[in-house]
Amino acid sequence: MAERTGRRATVSWFDGELKLVDNIYDIAVIGAGVVGSAIARELSRYDLNCVLVEAGPDVGVGTSKANTAIWHTGYDAKPGSLEARLLRRSDALLQAFVPQAGIPFERLGGLLVAWTEEQRRALPGLLEKAHQNGDTDVRLVSAEEIHQREPHLKAGALGGLFVPGESIFCPYTLPLALATQAVLNGARLLLDHPVREISKERDGAYSLNGPGGSVRCRYIVNAAGLYSDEINRLLGQHEFTVTPRRGELIVFDKFARSLVNHILLPVPTAITKGVLISPTVYGNVMLGPTAEDLPDKTDTGTSDKGLRMLWQKGEAILPALMREEVTATYAGLRPATEHSDYQIRLHAEQRYVCAGGIRSTGVSGCMGIAEYVVGLLSDAGLALPAKTEFKPVRMPYIGETGLRPYQSAEMIAADSAYGQIVCHCERVSLGEIIDAAHAVIPARTVDGLRRRTRALQGRCQGFNCHAALVALLAREARQNPDRLLMLEADHVA
Amino acid sequence: MSPDKTDVLIVGAGPAGLAAGIELKRLGVTNVLVVEREDEPGGIPRLCHHAGFGLRDLRWIYSGPGYARHYVREAEAAGVEIRTSTTMTGWQSSATVTFTSPRGLGQIEAGAILLATGCRERPRSARLVPGRRPQGVFTTGSLQCFVYQHRLPVGKRAVIVGAELVSLSALMTLAHARVSAAAMVTELPRHQIYFPYLPAKWYFADLAARTPVVTGARVSNIVGGTRVEGVEITHLASEQREMLACDTVVFTGDWIPEHELARLGGLTLDPGTRGPQVDAGFRTSARGVFAAGNLLRGAETADTCALEGARVARHIHDYLNTGQWPAASLPVQVKPPITWMFPNVVRVSGERPVAGGFTFRVREFCQDARVTVWQGEKSLYAQSFRQLSPNDSARLGSDWLAAVNPAGEALRVGVRHS
Repeated sequence: MAERTGRRATVSWFDGELKLVDNIYDIAVIGAGVVGSAIARELSRYDLNCVLVEAGPDVGVGTSKANTAIWHTGYDAKPGSLEARLLRRSDALLQAFVPQAGIPFERLGGLLVAWTEEQRRALPGLLEKAHQNGDTDVRLVSAEEIHQREPHLKAGALGGLFVPGESIFCPYTLPLALATQAVLNGARLLLDHPVREISKERDGAYSLNGPGGSVRCRYIVNAAGLYSDEINRLLGQHEFTVTPRRGELIVFDKFARSLVNHILLPVPTAITKGVLISPTVYGNVMLGPTAEDLPDKTDTGTSDKGLRMLWQKGEAILPALMREEVTATYAGLRPATEHSDYQIRLHAEQRYVCAGGIRSTGVSGCMGIAEYVVGLLSDAGLALPAKTEFKPVRMPYIGETGLRPYQSAEMIAADSAYGQIVCHCERVSLGEIIDAAHAVIPARTVDGLRRRTRALQGRCQGFNCHAALVALLAREARQNPDRLLMLEADHVA
Repeated sequence: MSPDKTDVLIVGAGPAGLAAGIELKRLGVTNVLVVEREDEPGGIPRLCHHAGFGLRDLRWIYSGPGYARHYVREAEAAGVEIRTSTTMTGWQSSATVTFTSPRGLGQIEAGAILLATGCRERPRSARLVPGRRPQGVFTTGSLQCFVYQHRLPVGKRAVIVGAELVSLSALMTLAHARVSAAAMVTELPRHQIYFPYLPAKWYFADLAARTPVVTGARVSNIVGGTRVEGVEITHLASEQREMLACDTVVFTGDWIPEHELARLGGLTLDPGTRGPQVDAGFRTSARGVFAAGNLLRGAETADTCALEGARVARHIHDYLNTGQWPAASLPVQVKPPITWMFPNVVRVSGERPVAGGFTFRVREFCQDARVTVWQGEKSLYAQSFRQLSPNDSARLGSDWLAAVNPAGEALRVGVRHS
């Protein structure tokens, strides 16, 4: 079985007892989404006492877990914007990190399709923008080439843009890999620790207080995603307000995968990149997202209207897709603000960096943002003492293009649990479930198990294995199944 | 790696697969191997810890697990080899399949292959029911695994989506777990629990009486945070919405054949059943590959599947002896309100389906319906039905087969109200 290192020393969660953390951390990162995790990882390169403070029960359970999982090159970002710059830098960093950390990805390329004359007229402008952003391989394609590349596309495309760098990757493994590497390199991860109040103590240290306990620190990074405006306000700053923008998505059965070869992008508008159709790294096809501004930061439900709109869009782009079974529907909230660009600001006198308003390109921009934020912290006087070693991270592979444990004679020979399939739809083995329950950042909930292994993510949505997984996790995590079932919403179905 | 060899490979150790194995051994086939991906043979009846199994095939009323045990014991006694925890992963050829198991990877080469992979219920997501994704959303299958297999907590008060036979199974499972049922909700104007299972409804009359059946309504939203707090139902006629408070929702029925292996093997699927296309001899579009049981069309009861298993065994036995595989065939296409018909291809040799003709289902209640078979513009056959009911199979006679023009167009079946 894969390495199951001791962990509770560095990962902890609220287990019903208030703990006062005595030591003062050099720096606290609030929010263990993909951005916060990337920042904590970047900080863990240095000899610092760093803590990653997360309100939720797991890493990456806010915006990071429910998005389109597209690794954007930033070809259509506003030239000269911080977003454009950081996306570009992030792309280079991710290209090194993603394969090395075992994060599933596929460089499929994006095909932006114009269906109306107006959209076709917008193409040269988009091409110009892409070239300004340094994406020189972006080129115009003819209607013929589009239909040749995508034989199942509905007839009538007028022309388009080919963006070779657009890729898909695993939105679950990425934040987990980043946070795991941070933990392996000495950062502490505190789950179930919402920050409700921030006080300043006599010695100048901050105390981040909430129902999970208090955390004392010298520097603060705010990567609280949907709640980044609220944390910002706790520190007396008011530059932006987050308005959750809901995106609903439909995931289709794996049998649809052969219908799509690229990420099919629409011509973007000012508000949204629009509804796209894209393969996923698990071999499904995804349709979405919608874009709807909501007042409620917890409203991750799908709607009749949203699903119907997506269905119509799907019929208009790839009719054959709509004949396949739906595997899942879900909705995510992007932290949009009144500004179009990222809200990354240094308040040096407060020893505080705000990394908020990462409205829709968080997974693509995370590593660029992390590097930039650490630079700002250094500007603010945070010493970054060098460390001799930066331990690498290698995650269990859950993509469709590489070798999975059930396909590996070597892994099964070494441990027969890798040949014992528990989740039949996604072919997840008992060995992988056990590994996930004992990982550096272990799965504590069934949904955590799903994100780490793909179990329950398939076409039957738990008809066969849901109960078995609950029983297994309860056994492995030594938890009462009642409690396990109450820990987290948004699991399956 | 040299493949394991067997005369007949059966994929799926449910009622159809086991019954086929038993019959093949009885007919004198030497090596019959049944593979099952679960760690225990028996199929879905294993999960249904209530009475109502075996009426048609065993002429006795068994509980689900009792029924499954009966077939497993019979198969073992007959000399059928059963391999559990073995997942078929793909095809090397139409005679060789690959598998994964705790013992490693491997291949099995067989003289004939029977797919009996069963079916599953359509989950909430595939029904596009909007709303949040709280804990407490089940299918009958997952509910039964929670309650009977793993004895996990379920909830206190449930809404059952559907009012057919399997919904009754969900109701009994909930009762076992001491979960009260707030309602059964069906889009159709009446429940669909029929003879011979209606007595079960009477038997559970007390239970049923406490469970109102809301007809002509669909579940239009699921409300809740961590746990389900209720479902919104929309009455189809009035568009009026209503909230039903509950902490558990069970989506029942709406079956989808588990056709993954069939599709991976490139078998032609029937658009109506979504299972592999088969003729009256349960032969698929690939030579030497047969299909039976609920893979063919979503759920019939276990006894019907077992009877099919025994029937397909005879056709497999014939094929092993003669090597004959009829060539040309005509597909049978259905028009709404008929949802599917099976067999769904007709061999031009005019082979008749045994045991009562063609099986079909409708999606709505039809009174005084005249089911007609056409080839091109020519009407070949018509049969009157006083009542056709959804979620209940009807049989169409096969006297028209002799009239089929082997060189003609596809056959079409539709309903005319007389």
